[in-house]
Amino acid sequence: MLLEQIINGITLGSIYAIVALGFTLVFGVLGIINMAHGEIFMFGAFIGVTVTSTLGLPIWMAFLAAIAATAILGYLLEQFALRPLRGKKGVSHLAPLISTIGVSIFLENLSHHLFGAGNHPFKSSFAEIHYTIGSITIYLVQILIFVISVILMIALSYWLSKTKAGKALRATAENLETASILGVNTKQIITLTVIIASAMGGIAGILVGMAFNSVNPQMGLSIGLKGLAIIILGGMGNVKGAMAGGLILGLAETFIVAYGDSGYRDAIAFIAIIVILLIRPQGLFGKKTSEGRP
Amino acid sequence: MTLLKVSGIETYYGKIQALKGVSLDVEQGKIVTILGANGAGKTTTMKTIAGLLKPKSGTVEFLGENITGLRPDQLVKRGISLVPEGRAILSGMTVMENLEMGAYQRNDKEIAKDLEDVMQRFPILKERKNQLGGTLSGGQQQMLAIARALLSRPKLLLLDEPSMGLAPLIVADIFKIIKEIKDSGTTVLVVEQNARQALKIADYGYVLETGKVIVHGPSHELLEDPRIMEAYLGKKSE
Ligand SMILES: Nc1ncnc2c1ncn2[C@@H]1O[C@H](COP(=O)(O)OP(=O)(O)O)[C@@H](O)[C@H]1O
Ligand SMILES: [Mg+2]
Repeated sequence: MLLEQIINGITLGSIYAIVALGFTLVFGVLGIINMAHGEIFMFGAFIGVTVTSTLGLPIWMAFLAAIAATAILGYLLEQFALRPLRGKKGVSHLAPLISTIGVSIFLENLSHHLFGAGNHPFKSSFAEIHYTIGSITIYLVQILIFVISVILMIALSYWLSKTKAGKALRATAENLETASILGVNTKQIITLTVIIASAMGGIAGILVGMAFNSVNPQMGLSIGLKGLAIIILGGMGNVKGAMAGGLILGLAETFIVAYGDSGYRDAIAFIAIIVILLIRPQGLFGKKTSEGRP
Repeated sequence: MTLLKVSGIETYYGKIQALKGVSLDVEQGKIVTILGANGAGKTTTMKTIAGLLKPKSGTVEFLGENITGLRPDQLVKRGISLVPEGRAILSGMTVMENLEMGAYQRNDKEIAKDLEDVMQRFPILKERKNQLGGTLSGGQQQMLAIARALLSRPKLLLLDEPSMGLAPLIVADIFKIIKEIKDSGTTVLVVEQNARQALKIADYGYVLETGKVIVHGPSHELLEDPRIMEAYLGKKSE
């Protein structure tokens, strides 16, 4: 059923968009790919499982706990893995990237210890609630995912374009030195950015847990690579590009599974990247000339 | 009264020493100019004062307070605002957003009024307020950069080569604006290659050569010193 597949695709795509937004915010401000973002996302999912399935608490508490935990992880990431490498002479520009890879491996191992290997079901009381309209079945969870994603995207867009802190973030992303002489404490803005991005990753983690009813320590890697694919697709550091890219990938994957060969599901993101890079190297929404960052 | 007192600053880029003990005073209410050939250390001096570079030795005092090594945003709070070489317009933000960023640290009620005033003074900015900063011409960008810096209500405005790359008519405009800024009570320290024009509006000046002040004095003295005009201010001045 076409409509059902579109709904599935949008659900998946809006989660991808949230993951990609986390990547793109950090890339915009720091010019680095945060390879630990996927594992922070995975932690968010595990916090969700723990709060709902293990402790039996309501889902909104899972969200609060996941946001808090991943925000703290973001803060620690910036404080201990990124900041010490910044502005130091003789530090390779690849060092922060490698540092985030280190953090991602650490977090994956940590989650093995804390939560155990293997799949954890995401038992939430309303996972089975669904509505049937004609021949279409929609799960409440899908509606929830969509609504939360849309609210998050609107809120972020509004924050970036209308608030003082959001404008300071954009100024910092465009040029750190310029932002600083205008009076922006860029250190603070960078920390804030990593925290917000990580918390968005945490929210996405719970959403994925709910959508697939399964959480495991390896889930960070694949979602991380897809997030990366999406920001290349949408244009590095581009907020609209991340949203559109996420939706495109979500729909494409869903349709491949429904009407094509499900074996290609995870390949589609990377095939899309190759095609896009050949036709439009700057990404769908990226500017032609790369500016700002050397 | 001395607003800014720079004493023997030595600033390095890695192992390269760009400033070899620069000292200068900026008196309140004056226009002071720093002249010198390319690579003399003018920009390095400005960046050190604005907190973008930290000197290895020497001090910077502002209103009697030692401000050496403070961050740029802390200096904006104290009343120092830099218009950097190349203007540094935020090209992905609108003209209005650029101006708003100028008032970033302020919380008072007069920001809206100041924005309105600035756009009155530079009508082209009002006309283009919803365009991206990157779409402005060089002269318009310089106006925007100066207007933006003024929106922090600085006590000291630092201008690094404001006339660079602009057509002569626009250069004249810029110098007129600098004069008006002084008349409205803001002290100005301006770096220029355009020596003759800078000395015409400045009260006094410093000439830098390879990281050192080699001559300083009132503008009329520097203007009348044929040796200096020829040797240090170059053939560029006409
Ligand atoms: N980022 C940098 N790295 C290394 N050396 C620099 C850098 N910027 C400037 N310099 C050197 O410092 C000296 C002073 O430069 P600068 O202050 O830009 O001069 P000016 O503004 O008077 O043209 C020059 O010798 C220049 O080559
Ligand atoms: Mg210079």
